[in-house]
Amino acid sequence: MTPAIDVLNVSKVYRRYARKRQFATLKSAILDGSLLGDLNPDETFQALKGVSFSVPKGCTYGVIGRNGSGKSTLLKCVAGITRPTQGEVKVDGRISALIELGAGFHPEISGRENIFINGIMLGLTKKEILRRFDEIVEFAEMRDFIDAPVKTYSSGMYMRLGFAVAVHVDPEVLLVDEVLAVGDQGFTHKCLDKFAEFRRRNKSILLVTHSLDLVEKFCDTAHWLDHGLTKGEGDPKRVVAAYVIDVEDTEENELAKAEAVRVAASAKEVSGAHDTALPSTPTETGEGPAAEEPQGPKDGFKADEGRWGTREVEITNVTIAGPGGEAGHVFQSGEAIQVRMDVTSKEKITDFVFGLGLFNADNVCVYGTNTNLEEFQPTEIDGAGVVTFSIDKLDLVEGTYRLDLAAHKADGYPYDYHRLLYTFRVKSRIRDVGIYRPDHRWTFGGGIKFQRS
Amino acid sequence: MVTFRNLRALFRYRGLIQTLVVRDLKARYRGSVLGFFWSFFNPLLLLLIYSFVFTQVLVGAHDPDMEPYALFMFCGILPWTWFSSSVLESSNTLIAGGNLIKKVLFPAEVLPIVTVLANMVHFFLGLPVLVGFLIYYQRPVDPVELLWFPVIVLVQLIFTIGLALFLSALTVHFRDLKDLLGNVVQLWFFATPIIYPMHLAPPNMAWLLNLNPMTHIMRSYQQVLFFEGPLGHQKALVGVGVLSIGLFLAGYFVFDRLRDSFAEEV
Repeated sequence: MTPAIDVLNVSKVYRRYARKRQFATLKSAILDGSLLGDLNPDETFQALKGVSFSVPKGCTYGVIGRNGSGKSTLLKCVAGITRPTQGEVKVDGRISALIELGAGFHPEISGRENIFINGIMLGLTKKEILRRFDEIVEFAEMRDFIDAPVKTYSSGMYMRLGFAVAVHVDPEVLLVDEVLAVGDQGFTHKCLDKFAEFRRRNKSILLVTHSLDLVEKFCDTAHWLDHGLTKGEGDPKRVVAAYVIDVEDTEENELAKAEAVRVAASAKEVSGAHDTALPSTPTETGEGPAAEEPQGPKDGFKADEGRWGTREVEITNVTIAGPGGEAGHVFQSGEAIQVRMDVTSKEKITDFVFGLGLFNADNVCVYGTNTNLEEFQPTEIDGAGVVTFSIDKLDLVEGTYRLDLAAHKADGYPYDYHRLLYTFRVKSRIRDVGIYRPDHRWTFGGGIKFQRS
Repeated sequence: MVTFRNLRALFRYRGLIQTLVVRDLKARYRGSVLGFFWSFFNPLLLLLIYSFVFTQVLVGAHDPDMEPYALFMFCGILPWTWFSSSVLESSNTLIAGGNLIKKVLFPAEVLPIVTVLANMVHFFLGLPVLVGFLIYYQRPVDPVELLWFPVIVLVQLIFTIGLALFLSALTVHFRDLKDLLGNVVQLWFFATPIIYPMHLAPPNMAWLLNLNPMTHIMRSYQQVLFFEGPLGHQKALVGVGVLSIGLFLAGYFVFDRLRDSFAEEV
């Protein structure tokens, strides 16, 4: 049996014109005698690099990948809207592409007339549309507004109508580009039901989406594109898992980079502050960092990141490590993590407290504690040392969190205060909300039954 | 030869073209009180303005044998309006329809053709005004000559579509064509015997005017509708007809060659 879609070694090169050329005009083209030369690209961007796959009939095929990975270009090549620079695309049967819903709607005329025009654009005849008209209107939930001009529709109505027309074209191959977010839950379910019906009737669907759940639940095969290259193809669960790990790695790198920049910047700030603060100790303006120093920790709930303190005790290095002990920035909810501070003091000091504050993205303090509150009596610190704060089970909901770390005197006098300099991200498969996830379980008695999905 | 296969496919899109022309017409007057009547009123007002100017203001500015002068001009201005709006609008039609070209599998050549056809419908809607004035001024029109009228319209249609295909495709790459065209069309208007009769053109310019295909189309209209006596312009008209078919094929060829770039450049 021939596959519904056959993509053979497809590459797509977009031409990118340099700034100067972009504004080239007919006049300059004629004056330079470069009417054809101007059409030559100065620079090219390769959106797809030799992608091959085939979709058997009745198969739902999901394409995932980050923004700019070439997903939409691939879909446009399959739809025939753009032609691949190299390679070949073969499609067996009528295609309907849900790339932009209601792309051909004219705002001034009624929904009814637009259904006809849109249907004809998608390749139906007038008779075929007439036969399906009621079904389309019913599906779009638009019975009351079908004779109003389309410009009066809400964006949701617009998309629903576009979707309804496109799926009722009754294609052999349906191409879907991230359009399931068009309505309320009920409408989304209806769309999914429609897709399921397509499958039952042995039609094929090519789905481009960021919704990994949808790919896992719905697709027979998943295809992961990365910078125009195939990075994985096969069982959706496996491909999605590999993709998620890759995304986490990237996030990890980005957080690490941002953090390095932040720490370096605040370190510079402090050394600069020392230079100016020391010679002019009684600051009359009261603006210098020296004046701020004592109140730093007290005002610590202010949202500014930064670093201050006398550095009599200095936090020289901070790492956050996951359960395997390796440093990282992205952790799963429920994992064990450790916050490790390398500390040095220039001389022997006997009054010191180590503290930690955990903030969520809204700057709400999720948790704060220090060694003084937990009644550790400081005896002495001399030279280098290590402080480790261990959390056996990271019971936080998904999100980005920031850390305050500090070494200070019992009365609050700061040695080294690191304000919101460290960031990590918590991932969770459960989409619960709040700032804290108490350890919990559900039990049900009596006639209540659930099925675990 | 791929070009000719695509050209055959064009015939299959006639349903789509028809729908889009109707959509264009419906959408144009949506929201105006008089709606379709504007297609009559616009040419009517235009004719009244010219009548006023040439009977009250510039009384001695034309050949006294050519009365009513406004009617003479109107015979040319009405089809010229079809031509000039088609050319000006078609240069922008692919860019305006970018959404369709980029997001839907859509035969792009339909867009300039729809523009020309929609303007042709406006031309037809203006014809009753012309007929009304022909009756009012009691100008007899030879029924045999009138048989040539559809031929002239057909020649103008093919000529305009050819030009529209050419311009719409090139404007995607050179947006400045849009601005340039306004002036070119203005110049073209005066280089065509519309507000002056051909026999009053300076003799040393006559050869230039005769190179202009629109000259022969306009003169054919004038001879059928205004001048009495035998037509005498069939040969030139057939010549322009052959040229128009050539222009159409060339325009379609250029359009087809540039087709793949539209989705990226629009």
